[in-house]
Amino acid sequence: MSQTAVDVPPKGGFSFDLCKRNDMLTQKGLKAPSFLKTGTTIVGLIFKDGVILGADTRATEGPIVADKNCEKIHYMAPNIYCCGAGTAADTEAVTDMVSSQLRLHRYQTGRDSRVITALTLLKKHLFSYQGHVSAALVLGGVDITGPHLHTIYPHGSTDTLPFATMGSGSLAAMSVFEAKYKEGLTRDEGIKLVAEAICSGIFNDLGSGSNVDICVITKGNKEYLRNYMEPNPRTYVSSKGYSFTKKTEVLLTKITPLLERVEITEVGEAMEE
Amino acid sequence: MSIFEYNGSAVVAMVGKNCFAIASDRRLGVQLQTIATDFQRISKIHDHLFIGLSGLATDVQTLYQRLVFRHKLYQLREERDMKPETFASLVSAILYEKRFGPYLCQPVIAGLGDDNKPFICTMDSIGAKELAKDFVVSGTASESLYGACEAMFKPDMEAEELFETISQALLSSVDRDCLSGWGGHVYVVTPNEIKERILKGRMD
Repeated sequence: MSQTAVDVPPKGGFSFDLCKRNDMLTQKGLKAPSFLKTGTTIVGLIFKDGVILGADTRATEGPIVADKNCEKIHYMAPNIYCCGAGTAADTEAVTDMVSSQLRLHRYQTGRDSRVITALTLLKKHLFSYQGHVSAALVLGGVDITGPHLHTIYPHGSTDTLPFATMGSGSLAAMSVFEAKYKEGLTRDEGIKLVAEAICSGIFNDLGSGSNVDICVITKGNKEYLRNYMEPNPRTYVSSKGYSFTKKTEVLLTKITPLLERVEITEVGEAMEE
Repeated sequence: MSIFEYNGSAVVAMVGKNCFAIASDRRLGVQLQTIATDFQRISKIHDHLFIGLSGLATDVQTLYQRLVFRHKLYQLREERDMKPETFASLVSAILYEKRFGPYLCQPVIAGLGDDNKPFICTMDSIGAKELAKDFVVSGTASESLYGACEAMFKPDMEAEELFETISQALLSSVDRDCLSGWGGHVYVVTPNEIKERILKGRMD
């Protein structure tokens, strides 16, 4: 049997077999595709009882808004969440991968995951790809040692901070934090400050927009407030909707009736002696 | 010129009430020359799951064959069809595997999940999933499609109205794109039937 490309899943990791062909196409003058980026404003801050993470919800493809309500706060562990900026596929893949590794680690050790574990796994992966996996992350969580907040850059460097912002809207959000952050904020003050910082990114940065997502993590509890604030509702909805006077001309119609989907449950009979 | 503009394409999917519609144009070109006007961009994975692939035509066909292969293996192992959400994750993983030398196509996945709830999603060429509750677009005509769908879409449309909306959105958008068009191919899927229609459009 000849060993032609059998597409069974390999051991994991990246496969580079189309690189040569893509390079050849680029040399012939065909530009490489642009990827979905999350332009983004992502922030995190540590308050009295834990960590609050915030993110906007716009995903861009060049200058076009591809997704008006995407989720940028990714689940890592029941007590750890991670916001991602940069190339959307990279942030999703890297957070999913580390989330799986953390779960296996929890099964093995029998303990809750620590934020520093997630941090180390992420930074090792990103550093080994020398920044080509373009994921800029804000990682926050509360574990047995207390609340933690870290930022991770695409090349693998990390910072541990009481408040952090990343993404194209980071300067707009950081200005709000620098002006108003203080230690020992209560939950409501913290949420208000995070929402303000994200709104500052939404309104001043073109790469961020739509709604505000917030995630509050405290010891033993987490609250994911999806679309906590929607400061950009659609205001121009026509109540009548679109009516088409001219119908589309159809050349050919083929109708395939489908059999009704039946759930087959096997009713087993107990074995008799 | 971008690699996606080599062949030209337009794919759109919309959600209706317990149904979905997926539509594509029919042109296959080599830059500015048209070589086929009946290119199949939307393919059936199983009765309630369709995938439309835009971008470089060779990768469209290769990726489709790979996905059908993986789905058949799944059917053999699990003795059932794949759910649309699972299939979207599979496509995302296959695309991300080639992160540094990607397949040059963008899939649009549309299916009916459990309880006949419609599911649509699109991805960029490296597998970043974008789930939407209303419509997803892909291809060289995507910018016009975004505009047309934004204006014409209404939530909870029945199958016939959905067909009319998606056809009008597709045809008006490809009219503004040189690289796609030459008719349209629309599939409207409800729990009981698949209606496949070929549209008459401008042949220029």
